[in-house]
Amino acid sequence: MLAELRDAGDPVEIAARYNDQGADELTFLDITATSDERDLILHIIEAVASQVFIPLTVGGGVRTVADVRRLLNAGADKVAINTAAVSRPEFVREAAEKFGSQCIVVAIDAKRVSQDGEPNRWEIFTHGGRKPTGLDAVEWARRMVNYGAGEILLTSMDRDGTKDGFDLALTRAVSDAVDVPVIASGGVGNLDHLVAGVREGGADAVLAASIFHFGTYTIEQAKRHMAAAGVEVRL
Amino acid sequence: MTTVAIIDYGMGNLHSIGKAVEHVAGNLRVSVTADAATIRRADKVIFPGVGAIRDCMRELQHLGLDEVIREIAGQKPLLGVCLGMQALLEFSEENGGTPALGVFAGQVRRFPDGLRDSASGERLKIPHMGWNQVHQHAHPLWADIPQDSRFYFVHSYYAQPDRAQDAAGTTDYGIPFTSALARDGIFAVQFHPEKSQHAGLQLLANFIKWDGQGQTGTILES
Repeated sequence: MLAELRDAGDPVEIAARYNDQGADELTFLDITATSDERDLILHIIEAVASQVFIPLTVGGGVRTVADVRRLLNAGADKVAINTAAVSRPEFVREAAEKFGSQCIVVAIDAKRVSQDGEPNRWEIFTHGGRKPTGLDAVEWARRMVNYGAGEILLTSMDRDGTKDGFDLALTRAVSDAVDVPVIASGGVGNLDHLVAGVREGGADAVLAASIFHFGTYTIEQAKRHMAAAGVEVRL
Repeated sequence: MTTVAIIDYGMGNLHSIGKAVEHVAGNLRVSVTADAATIRRADKVIFPGVGAIRDCMRELQHLGLDEVIREIAGQKPLLGVCLGMQALLEFSEENGGTPALGVFAGQVRRFPDGLRDSASGERLKIPHMGWNQVHQHAHPLWADIPQDSRFYFVHSYYAQPDRAQDAAGTTDYGIPFTSALARDGIFAVQFHPEKSQHAGLQLLANFIKWDGQGQTGTILES
């Protein structure tokens, strides 16, 4: 069970709360690009990593090996690469060779491009889902794993923010295509969605942000619900 | 004041383990160091590591720390973590076969392909990444940690000790493997205690309190 830190509120305080509630990992993806804000983010990561002893993934705007190093040195355990992988796929290979695949997560934002009745097809979109790339999402996931990605963080741009549940067909297609853990993200509105992400989607982990951020459910409730449904979780 | 040396030989970021040790105990001086004298002087030594074994052994040899680790092993409490556990065995299959420190008799093997979860039948991925249960064998470092607690793992290779009594914990990932090793004052774990929340912090707290004694009661072979 992963919890994502969103930008509203004090991230250190929220991280501590999610940790107390039993989150298995924390993900912090909303890094913005200016240098002042980056320094601030590094301080936040240092503060979180000094108090919260579960894996921490940080991403957003990661473009260079130096960016990866800075985030790892600040206390991130894994760094998520998104747009920079699309602009220059070799960057993923360089980062994985330098720091090891175990700390390189490739974040994939995918949107369904097939029409109803056609075979499923999803494409990679960048810039928050606005910019199509023409890249097939399943092929892209496979390629990124070949380049050294140790994990795929898969977000359905169609579902993100809808509370309609994960795009399970997308999750299943990517999970079956690669041999590294796939984290499903985008669309969680209730606790059954989390179960479906693992059961039907084949996800290795599920990520949610707003249901926890707005207090709809606690992480403990989510994990108990998943355990009751027969999903193996740490309680 | 207790002094703790965390061996820094350039393999991975040691921020977390340093912070975690400071978090669990007061009146402690923690040094993250490659200095042999500091390591020899410390009351307790932590040997962490992330990455590939060949780089690990090369760096240790380059810094002269392979000898230091062999020397202190059994003399004072030593905690090996992840690659720091694997390096304590004699030999690893990684990187086409790599001789290691030989503090424990045995080998480091790669998980075979095609593993399946014994309960669900789901295909298991390599690396083994995430939270998994550790079945504890009696040892003071497990004090106050519930039996079969989950710890955070990231690895593709696992320790296979020659002597059954060296195993201090067992985990199942398609096959059962040794997730903790112990003998004399040495304890080593495949998982990351510094990323394993309450259970991991408790283990670190137990290590800081540990005098290196209180072995499982089995008689060690010479």
